[in-house]
Order: sequence, then C-alpha cells, then structure tokens
Amino acid sequence: MSAKTPSKLEKIMAAGHLGVTSECGPPRGSDPEVIKEKAELLRGCVDAINVTDNQTSVVRTSSLATCIHLKMMGMEPVLQMVTRDRNRIALQSDILGAASFDIHNVLCLSGDHQSFGDHPQGQNVHDLDSMQLAWTVRKMRDEGRFLGGDEIKRPPQMFVGAAANPFADPFEIRVPRLAKKIEAGAEFIQTQCIYNIDKFEEWIRQARDRGLTEKCYIMAGVTPFKSAGMAKYMKNRVPGMDVPDEVVKRMSDTPKEKQAEEGLNICVETIQRLKELEGVSGFHIMAIEWEKKVPEIVERAGLLPRPEVE
Amino acid sequence: MIVADKKPVEEIIEYVKDCRKVLVLGCNECVTVCEAGGKKEAGMLASALRMYYANQGIEDAQVDERTLERQCDHEYLEEIRDIADQYDAIVSIACGVGVQFTAEKYHNTTVYPGVNTCFLGATEQRGLWTERCQACGQCILAYTGGICPVSRCAKRLFNGPCGGSSDGKCEINKELDCAWQLIIDRLKAIDRLDLYEKLFDIKDWSTDRAGGPRKVQREDVQI
Repeated sequence: MSAKTPSKLEKIMAAGHLGVTSECGPPRGSDPEVIKEKAELLRGCVDAINVTDNQTSVVRTSSLATCIHLKMMGMEPVLQMVTRDRNRIALQSDILGAASFDIHNVLCLSGDHQSFGDHPQGQNVHDLDSMQLAWTVRKMRDEGRFLGGDEIKRPPQMFVGAAANPFADPFEIRVPRLAKKIEAGAEFIQTQCIYNIDKFEEWIRQARDRGLTEKCYIMAGVTPFKSAGMAKYMKNRVPGMDVPDEVVKRMSDTPKEKQAEEGLNICVETIQRLKELEGVSGFHIMAIEWEKKVPEIVERAGLLPRPEVE
Repeated sequence: MIVADKKPVEEIIEYVKDCRKVLVLGCNECVTVCEAGGKKEAGMLASALRMYYANQGIEDAQVDERTLERQCDHEYLEEIRDIADQYDAIVSIACGVGVQFTAEKYHNTTVYPGVNTCFLGATEQRGLWTERCQACGQCILAYTGGICPVSRCAKRLFNGPCGGSSDGKCEINKELDCAWQLIIDRLKAIDRLDLYEKLFDIKDWSTDRAGGPRKVQREDVQI
C-alpha cells in the first residue's frame, strides 16, 4: 500500500513501519492548558494522537477544536467523529473545517449511545452510520464532491480510519463487517482493547485469509490496567469488552501496590506478542487518564525511536 | 397498530380542573387493542374525573363518555357534530392523530390528549407492546431479513451491529434484543447472509419526518 494523503501516520505505515497512536480526551471545560499538558506527555513517542469526540456521550471540548490545538503544537491529530450528534451537513462542514487546518486523519465512529452520558434525554442523529461516514470522507477526498454532488474546492486530504471490535457478538460476522468497513473506504482500523489475544489472532487470521490486511492497516488497540478493580470493571461493565479470567486473576493475584506495574507489564507483553503477528500494522495505546505512562510502554515495547518520514 | 399508553390521571385532571362539562372520547381502533383508549378506558377515565369533581365539592360538573369507531375519519367524527360545542373540553383518548383530527374538526372546542402516543408496534403478549416501525417512508425490510434497524436499533444503524452488541443484546439495555443480531440470525435462517455483505447506501431521509409533514395521495382511489 502506498500513501495517498499527507498524513504522517499513513506514510509511516506505508513505509512498512509499525505505526503508533495514542489518544487524548478533551476536558470538560475550556482550558486549553489541559489539552496541551496531556499532548506534551505524548510528544515524540507516538505518530499521531486521536482526539475523542464527546466520548461516552459526555459533553467535552469539541474534538475539532482540540485537534487544532494539537496541530498548532506541531503534533499530528486524528479527528474522531461520531455520527450521533451531527447530520450529514454538519459532518461534512466539520471535515472541511478540519481540512482547512490541514488535519490529515479522521476516525469514523457511530459513538456511544447518549443514554450512557450526561444528557440521556437528548436526541440522537445517526443520519449516517460509521461506514457511511467513512464512505463520505472518501468521496469528498477522492472525487472532490459533497454527498449532494457539488464540487469541493480544495478537497480534504484525509487518511480515513474506522474502529473494529474483534470481540463483539456475533463473532462470525466480525470479519465480514471489517470487509464492509474497508469497502466503505476505511484505510486504517483501530481495534477495541485487546486482552483476549487468542481470539484476536483468530480474527486477524480470518482477515488475512480474505486479503483484508493487504487493503487496510490494522492497528491493535491496547489499554493498560491501573488496578485489579479496573480489570474487573472492564470485564463486567464495559459492553463489547473481552477480558479473560486469567488476565483478571493475574491482576488480582498481584499485591495492590504492584498492580499498576503489572498492568503495564501485561500491556507491553501484548504489544510484543502482536508485533510479530502478520497483518498487524501498528498499535493504538489508549491509556485512559494515564497518558504519562505511554512513553514508558512505547519504549519497553521496543517501538522507539519513532521513524521520520518525508 | 399505533400503540399508546395512558397518561397519569393527575395530568388529565390538571387540564380539566376548571371545566364543568367534559366529554371523554374513546376510539375503537388501535388504542382499544392496546387497552389505552377504548370504550373500557373511556369509562374508567370518566369515573375518575367524576370522582375528582365530587371530592372537590363541584356538584355541577358533568362528565360524559362516548367511543367512536375511529377518530381519524371524518365520517365517524361527524357523529358528535351536534354535541361537541356543548362541552368545555373534550378529552380524546385516541392516538395523537385522533386528538388532532378532533381538534381540527371542532375548531372552537378545547381538545386535550388523554394518552401518550408511543409507536407503531405489535402485541407481544397481553400487556406488552413493542415497537416495530418508525414509518420512515421507504421500507428496507427486503434487505434486512424482515427486521427493521430503523425502529429496532438504538442507533438506527444500516450497517450494524455496533461494538456494543453482547450475547445478542443491545448495549443500552440487557433486556433489549440487538436488532442486528436478529437480522443476522434471520438472514442465516433464510440462507441470505450474502445480503449482510452488501454495504447499505446512505438513506434518503426526505420521506421520513425530516422532509416535513407527509402525505400519501392516491388519485386512483380518489372520488
């Protein structure tokens, strides 16, 4: 695969390097220093930073505004966009807005249902779904046209991503679903957090058999546990999450003061094992409110220094 | 059918507490089947209102009850032509269509809703009605195994399921079936999983609520 956009993330993976991304959740307020502090922790150890879009349906500073802050800091953002809150007019408008700041990566998502957030009485939009949003960005970029058909002056140049959850049900359609996302236009995939490595390997094997890993960069998602409590919470309370019993046990069997360290060990071991897996093109490290540990994870996993590309 | 649910009687009392002559108007169609606005419910609501007025010591209050074959049809609504203007208010316990059509027809009479109109649905069992259709105006059931993602998926995804589908259930409620799990099970049962592989086009929502108030006009059946 060769790079089609100015995205640094795309160029790195197109050159055959493992890509590394992390994420930055915008604050529940308007203080830009919060964003800058989080982003500085990630400087130099990741290729691009995902900015979440009102994650868990809780109101935060907008993803686009936060991406602009990162861009102005000389860092590369991945604009996350959910289809929950905006119709096709607003989505296309924000894509142009992002493109006007030369934001070169977008991740297309449907978004958590609003009943999980702080405004459960709100309406949801879902004019498009996540695949249709990916298709829309590709049409805007590749054909230089809006969904309505009119021409775009200076079309967006965006590397188009989508999420995949190899662990959600029903498992049998997980790979066909990935195929659909790629057909819709997804060029990179960031997966749900991986704890069940065997199941993930089976998913990748099936994706490889269908030739999907030749058409799309799969970035394996990882999240370090801070504690045994977090492992149990993720296992029992987070929809679509697959945390095997032995992983929870490993955390629970560790003395409390050593649990954070053990969580990082599991994360690093996961990356090291998956680095060798054919079809994995990179890693998406989601250290939730624990961004300061990302440099350590990246270093211990042998992913430093990050490659330079033109 | 159109499924409705009873409004709390306190809310209805708040509407009519200053009225002295009230007509409770039931409907023999959908709201009768879902036991929210038929003849039986008209009687119950009228009794409750009479009791309220009596308890308040309002002796001159009069509450009548009547149930029409349909409130969404001129023909049946004409049946109250001679009496409608005698009332301070009509409490219609038909669906929102009946309430509005009654109000349109009797322009000078106050009409209050006595039910909350909920959705287009089916009777799963006595006392349990569930949604099946959102009347989007462009039916896609041919491609989704006869199960509608617009009405049954919480995110109305056309290319589902989302990552929150777990053990066949929706992420928003463990008792709610994941529509896309149902669709996939059905497509498998009718040997049409090939339909799942097809990317669903972006929907034209102009036939939905988004396009403004809709009408169906059929010249072939017009007189």
